Amino acid sequence: MKLFAKRTPLAPLEYTKKLWMRSWVGLVLFFLYAPLVTLVAFSFNDSKRNIVWRGFTLDYYEKALNNDSLMIAMGNSLTIAFLSTLVSVVIGALAAVMLWRFRFPFKTTTEGAMALPIVVPEICMGVAMLVFFAKVGFPTDLPWPFSLGAIIIAHITFCFPFVTMVVRSRLTSFNREEEEAAKDLGASEWQAFRDVLLPHMKPGLIAGALLAFTLSLDDFVITFFTSGPNTITFPVKVYSMVRFSVTPEVNAASALLIFLTVILTTIALKVQSRMGGTPQGH
Amino acid sequence: MATLPATAPKQPIISIRNVTKRFGAVAAVDNISLDIMPGEFFVLLGPSGCGKTTLLRMIAGFEVPTEGQIIIDGHDMAHVPPNKRPVNMVFQSYAVFPHMTVTENVGYGLRIARVASSEIKSRVEEALALVKLDGFGDRRPDQLSGGQRQRVALARSLVMRPKVLLLDEPLSALDAKLRAAMQFELADLQEQVGITFVTVTHDQDEALSMAGRIAVINRGLVAQLAAPSDLYEFPANRFVADFIGSVNLFDGRLVIDEPDKAVVDCPEIGRIYLNHGVTGPHDANVHVALRPEKIAMIPEAKGKPSAPECPEGDNIAHGQIRGMSYLGDITIYEVKLDTGRVIRVSRPNLSRYDQEDFTWDDKVWLSWHGSSPIVLLS
Repeated sequence: MKLFAKRTPLAPLEYTKKLWMRSWVGLVLFFLYAPLVTLVAFSFNDSKRNIVWRGFTLDYYEKALNNDSLMIAMGNSLTIAFLSTLVSVVIGALAAVMLWRFRFPFKTTTEGAMALPIVVPEICMGVAMLVFFAKVGFPTDLPWPFSLGAIIIAHITFCFPFVTMVVRSRLTSFNREEEEAAKDLGASEWQAFRDVLLPHMKPGLIAGALLAFTLSLDDFVITFFTSGPNTITFPVKVYSMVRFSVTPEVNAASALLIFLTVILTTIALKVQSRMGGTPQGH
Repeated sequence: MATLPATAPKQPIISIRNVTKRFGAVAAVDNISLDIMPGEFFVLLGPSGCGKTTLLRMIAGFEVPTEGQIIIDGHDMAHVPPNKRPVNMVFQSYAVFPHMTVTENVGYGLRIARVASSEIKSRVEEALALVKLDGFGDRRPDQLSGGQRQRVALARSLVMRPKVLLLDEPLSALDAKLRAAMQFELADLQEQVGITFVTVTHDQDEALSMAGRIAVINRGLVAQLAAPSDLYEFPANRFVADFIGSVNLFDGRLVIDEPDKAVVDCPEIGRIYLNHGVTGPHDANVHVALRPEKIAMIPEAKGKPSAPECPEGDNIAHGQIRGMSYLGDITIYEVKLDTGRVIRVSRPNLSRYDQEDFTWDDKVWLSWHGSSPIVLLS
């Protein structure tokens, strides 16, 4: 009976109640997440070949965590991500302040050139980096943290423009009268920057840093071209493991990376939504 | 509101000497000289883009004059940056620091000046009490209304005990009721603390109600510097007459100019008689300003009136009501004269039925006192 009851007409904005709309959204989500869910699910699969489900186990996580070369790669990745983030945030924030505050010749050109690493295909960046480091004769036999130098430099070049972008968009909402007010109350240029501009930039800096960190952590193409035999990063290691066979160990290692990225992205989004939510006067 | 305290020393607190500020080819401020006395409530009034804000920002130190000198309290400010000047500013946007509490905002300048924390605490409390924000110390700016944020900005400046407080359009962001209340409060506050206030505004009501003296600025020049009532009743030129209040302006020829009387022949309204001389060049082309509230209006049926202190027939005009706008306390009429010129006449509603005396298309006689017209030579 209910089925034939007179339906109340849908209000214009109630399109989410329409069946075709719901199934469309369902399909989109399915195609987006099915591969990832499969990957994570099969990391718990108790089978060497990893084609059919044989039962639940955490063995492969244990195996992955005990795989020395994998863990060294992970350590390399985290070190590279941390250091390149640190430098990217400083350079990126300074570039953002420069572009926001000053007028100078070729400003638009500078701005465009700075955004270039974002749009240039990674493969080109990778090849360019490889050629560059070979030409300048970048030393390849340095002890551990310094051996990562080439990769860190490469990562900084494509990470800092993202920081600049985020920080710059944050700066547009800054009320310059606040900085003048600080100076009017006796603050020097530096004190006004520290007490007024920097606190305003903070959410942008945090969001930019997390963005740079995740970008660096999971970069494959550019890293592949700049890493040597002693400087394998996590994504490059996973790739070399997959070339032999896709064991659950690879799944487990990838799942670990997914967890790490998801956590960092969540924090980044949280921070960004908070910075959008604060009232700014005008 | 008193103009100058009787005991005021003769030395001006701010002396602006031949100051010019050019942005490219445009002179935002064009060779302005003026003195501001200690304890004064001084207002820079003008339309937007007239250079008044630029002048204020030059006093604060955020703009550097292209030419000329700014002297504050006897010291040339030429190479003194904003953070070293004995003035403080309340910004148009208030510029309250959003990430600091009210207490932190108000105490900021004192912290920068490394004042002892116990003294900061007592001075901040004192300043908050002065602007009636006691108990708001722990609030954040986003928990305050616009009016309260402005009070924070005021307290933040006053706590520094500046020689001069600069206010940039202090009331423009407030609603009408709050603005009216704040006009009185600012004037009271100024009297209470005895600090010289220099305010920039484009709002003539604001200027007239608060100021001791007003400098009317137009196109980078001082059009007139006078007390509010003088600006209104004795404007020096056409711009000031038109900018301050509402006015009817007529072009005419000065036909009689003697020590005790003058007559201007205006084609649009007839002979305008003045009961005093104007000492203008004889037969010169002049403007005559006539305020709407100084024109008396009677129905045609009552017969042709005679204007007070005038020869028979002068200062009288005949017309027909073309428009009315009832504002409660007064009604403004648009009267089309027989010559075709439309002028404004305002009439106070002294009784509750006054607005019914006249209506559209009524024929009326207008007349005005011999002291009312203002002859303007420029």
